[in-house]
Amino acid sequence: MKIDSIQNGVVIDHITAGCGMRLYDLLGLDDLDCSVALIKNVASKKMGRKDIIKIDAAIPVNLDIIGYVDPGATVNIIRGGELTEKRAIDMPECLTNVIKCKNPRCITSCEQELSHVFKLTDRENKVYRCIYCETKAN
Amino acid sequence: MRSLIDILDLTPAEIDGLIATACDIIDHPQAYADCCRGKKLATLFFEPSTRTRLSFEAAMYELGGNVIGFSEAKSSSASKGESVADTAKVISCYADIIAMRHPKEGAALVAANNASIPVINAGDGGHCHPTQTLADLLTIWREKGRFTDLTVGFCGDLKFGRTVHSLINALSRYTGIKLVLISPEELKLPSYVKKDVLQKNNIPYTQTTSLEEAMPQLDILYMTRVQRERFFNEEDYLRLKDSYILDPKKLESAKPDLCIMHPLPRVNEITVAVDDDPRACYFKQVLAGKHMRMALILKLLEEASV
Repeated sequence: MKIDSIQNGVVIDHITAGCGMRLYDLLGLDDLDCSVALIKNVASKKMGRKDIIKIDAAIPVNLDIIGYVDPGATVNIIRGGELTEKRAIDMPECLTNVIKCKNPRCITSCEQELSHVFKLTDRENKVYRCIYCETKAN
Repeated sequence: MRSLIDILDLTPAEIDGLIATACDIIDHPQAYADCCRGKKLATLFFEPSTRTRLSFEAAMYELGGNVIGFSEAKSSSASKGESVADTAKVISCYADIIAMRHPKEGAALVAANNASIPVINAGDGGHCHPTQTLADLLTIWREKGRFTDLTVGFCGDLKFGRTVHSLINALSRYTGIKLVLISPEELKLPSYVKKDVLQKNNIPYTQTTSLEEAMPQLDILYMTRVQRERFFNEEDYLRLKDSYILDPKKLESAKPDLCIMHPLPRVNEITVAVDDDPRACYFKQVLAGKHMRMALILKLLEEASV
């Protein structure tokens, strides 16, 4: 399977196999007009299998979302066909309006204007909890 | 602006300070009778709670202050669709401190984030009820004289019981605490509390379905009510509501200095016959609640004025 290299854009590499679609959704890539490739289950020496996302436009990507979904992923910025920058990914301490609290008893379930904010409470186990009701993010 | 949303917002040293103030209030009530003269407490109760609301109001009156507020959502602007955030901003213009109860979890935090005066969480759904925990702690302090080296049994609804979660959180910061968790399978303490609080703080605990089995080892027995309002399914409530009923016979194997606590209101989980037992401390808890709320109001108003 061959996907053309990009001239100016973003490559999100080393995505844990199976996490690519979730990243695609949370990053809102479906709304972009440019070419976007989501490649699943690519053979990888390091990971066995991995997903890759290539975005053919120099758009800002939300690193917090990538850090939340898959902190092991790498973000490469491509300019003029060359790799010009590698962005470090870390799990964000706080996530705002990325995911929604699903607890029907949470105040966010009835107050539509409230931001959905989650805080990292357990880095080792990648646990995020709603700041309002402390429900664990799925 | 300092508010109290969760019991863990207070350090153990601050809790010690509140207990010292509460004990001084108990000993010298007249010395505090004018401390809040000219100050107003707003009690914003979006769901009914006679006990907690009256406790806050009594606390403020005994400090010489005044009280405004509402006791149910339909008599507030919430019934017109006003958000908690807006309510908090509006009430900040009228009062000096807010005590708020709301059925939704996290509502008090929303209020605190938007108010320009201190907010005390008087219960946010099944989430937190820190002033009940303060009442519990003062009761334990006055009955036992310590927060260390105690075997504490929690009995009943440990799943939805916010008072249980808050007190476990508070006690987990002291040494020598052992917990006995007594509940039906369906109402066991949530695994995240066990993992994030008990295991994280190396608090030894055992789980059992038998109150009788647990009784002899307990220094404190914290009974709870199975709360109808926390169930989506009436059938589950009916099946579980009478799981544990404490009566004089069950107390025969208890320690002579056991401290029996309950956040109240009770339904039938402690029989009236237990009330005359000197080990019954649940009405003392009510009084402790008022004194701790007085101490808390004083502390938050003092910090707000700095």
